[in-house]
Amino acid sequence: MNQAANAEAPARSAETIVVDDPNMNPIRVAAKDTSVYYGQKQALFDVSIDIPERSVTSFIGPSGCGKSTFLRCINRMNDTIDGCRVEGLITLDERNIYDPSLDVVELRARVGMVFQKPNPFPKSIYDNIAYGPRIHGLATNKSELDGVVESSLRKAGLWEEVKDRLDDPGTGLSGGQQQRLCIARAVAVSPEVILMDEPCSALDPIATAKVEELIDELKENYCIIIVTHSMQQAARVSQRTAFFHLGILVEVGPTEHIFTNPKDERTHDYITGRFG
Amino acid sequence: MAGYVFLLILILSVVGYYVGRSAGNRFISGTGAGAGQVVHSLPGYHGAFVAVWVGIPAFVLVLLWLFLQGTVIDNLLLASLPASLTEGQSASGIQLILSEIKNVAAGRIFKEPTPEIESAAAVYLRWEAIARWAMVVVAIAMMLIAMVVARGRLSPRFRARNNFEFVLSALMIFCSMIAIITTIGIVASLVFEASEFFRRVPFNEFLFGLRWEPQIALRADQVAGKGAFGAIPVFTGTLLIAFIAMLVATPIGIYTAIYLVEYSSDRVRATVKPIMEILAGIPTVVYGFFAVLIVAPAVRDTGSALGIAVSPNSALAAGAVMGIMIIPFISSLSDDALKAVPRTMRDGSLALGATRAETMVKVMLPAALPGIMGGILLAMSRAIGETMIVVMAAGLIASLTVNPIDSVTTVTVQIVTLLTGDTEFDSPKTLAAFALGLVLFVVTLCLNVVALRIVQKYREQYE
Ligand SMILES: Nc1ncnc2c1ncn2[C@@H]1O[C@H](COP(=O)(O)OP(=O)(O)OP(=O)(O)O)[C@@H](O)[C@H]1O
Ligand SMILES: [Mg+2]
Repeated sequence: MNQAANAEAPARSAETIVVDDPNMNPIRVAAKDTSVYYGQKQALFDVSIDIPERSVTSFIGPSGCGKSTFLRCINRMNDTIDGCRVEGLITLDERNIYDPSLDVVELRARVGMVFQKPNPFPKSIYDNIAYGPRIHGLATNKSELDGVVESSLRKAGLWEEVKDRLDDPGTGLSGGQQQRLCIARAVAVSPEVILMDEPCSALDPIATAKVEELIDELKENYCIIIVTHSMQQAARVSQRTAFFHLGILVEVGPTEHIFTNPKDERTHDYITGRFG
Repeated sequence: MAGYVFLLILILSVVGYYVGRSAGNRFISGTGAGAGQVVHSLPGYHGAFVAVWVGIPAFVLVLLWLFLQGTVIDNLLLASLPASLTEGQSASGIQLILSEIKNVAAGRIFKEPTPEIESAAAVYLRWEAIARWAMVVVAIAMMLIAMVVARGRLSPRFRARNNFEFVLSALMIFCSMIAIITTIGIVASLVFEASEFFRRVPFNEFLFGLRWEPQIALRADQVAGKGAFGAIPVFTGTLLIAFIAMLVATPIGIYTAIYLVEYSSDRVRATVKPIMEILAGIPTVVYGFFAVLIVAPAVRDTGSALGIAVSPNSALAAGAVMGIMIIPFISSLSDDALKAVPRTMRDGSLALGATRAETMVKVMLPAALPGIMGGILLAMSRAIGETMIVVMAAGLIASLTVNPIDSVTTVTVQIVTLLTGDTEFDSPKTLAAFALGLVLFVVTLCLNVVALRIVQKYREQYE
């Protein structure tokens, strides 16, 4: 990473700098000139980005720069915030997700989300996982539901730890287990995209390592977008990285490129720790 | 006179404050005694210290004086009366003589007073005047002494702040004691009078008896029943009305809360919440005549239109109006409980593709259930103890029924009717009111304790 400091100081760019990667997977989520307003205040300015499937894309940037805001646009969780308005075009598999004919419930089943703080429901571990499949009618009978619960917990690497106490409350697990439970809960509705907003910020290093390992496995099947404040984490888990600053998407490209050879002055300053 | 004394106390306290403060100022400027030392307290505390010592003891003294003066003078007066006047009089006869003397002294002459009475009145007036002036003199002397002593204690190192705060905290403890002691007194008198009642009417008969006919004869020539004190019909009446009230209030209150928390826009919330507060602020007597004049006739008319005979004082009307009264309770406590469910929980559910209704039913309500239950129990204790609405709208006859269109009576209604009008404080009829009151107190106390426990425990769960 220190190579960046040695490279010649890049300049500030008005446009988003996009570094393409020839062997990038096909695009799953794309945003075009997306702006977000909270009441009168504009939080995001004309963000355009392509996010490939079956890989991990990380969003980095100083606090308050709009990473979470943009992430919430992708499953329309911003709809639940009073006074929040989204402009521009965001597509999932080339379909506009803000199209009035699209059912937001269906969208959220396809775009799962994991939050910063583990938020299991005050129900049993089993019911936590079964919550989504039950709502969407994904299982027709009990044994099918059992199967979904088991496979989701296995995918989240939690099965061995909890298989004997599926009826215990989910809130009784450790923080790291709770976060993996939340990931399993998201996986249980078989989404195509999984959004993670600082999923490890409430976890200790060992639990963090487990979740990172899990993300690495999940990327084989899902399009994963992760917001993180840890540049090491971004470097470890993601293939592409997007740097946000003051509501602007400054630079996006392959992770090693962003960390070793940033084109924009602000990216350079951020990853060398000069601000943020 | 007493008013002037209190004014005087106030003025001298203010003087004391300035005396103390100027002493404090001199300590700080280093011109007074003990100059050069570090001053412990600000001048204002020195002032407050002196003021408190001037004012409070004098105030207490005057209060005690006023309280005891009457008795002391009465006794002196009695002792000085010629024996011919008091000879062979009963206690109430002596009281009559005393009040006659006082009337004459005050110039309210109803019949020509005897010379003995007249001279006694003159004596009474003289003593009164002496007592009054003595009080003023003693109070002033006490305040001056207190001022000198308190001022004498002031010095740069004197802890005026700590002393003053000690007095303040003593004052606060005293105030809170008043509430506690009053409560204990009320409960004690309830228990005492109720036990009097149970000496006359067996406990079992009261708790399990099926007939409630408390209108027994007070005088031998009155026509009245023999009296029966089985409280079961009264309890069932109370429960029936409270049940109807809860039936009305619980769903409406909870749905209102759900709507306000989850669905309404900010603007709707800003209008509905104050309106609910107004509903909570309507005097119950207004609900009462609303029940009598509008709801009860409406229920009755509806009934007769359907060919059902509805009693004019139906439990349904009273219960329904009471239900409307407690809606704000339930809705605001449920509102709090729902709001206390962490937002992340709701977001977690929505992000899984659950609709708002699914989120509400499957996540928010179960999580908020204990809080909502607490609210319901609190509302129930309100409903059981509510008096005015049922006094106006419910019946007086204690019939043992659970039919909502019949007339029933409640504990509170019975207490009111037992204690108003011609009463005699040692008949079981009057004492029964205390027994009912005791039962009511115990029931609502239990409900409140349980409800508050639940609400509290639930608060802790989410910090
Ligand atoms: N609900 C909201 N209402 C109003 N303004 C908001 C809201 N949420 C976020 N904002 C504003 O939008 C801007 C971007 O916020 P956002 O939460 O997206 O930042 P972030 O990059 O995720 O920061 P962090 O790294 O601290 O999580 C901030 O200026 C914030 O104040
Ligand atoms: Mg954020």
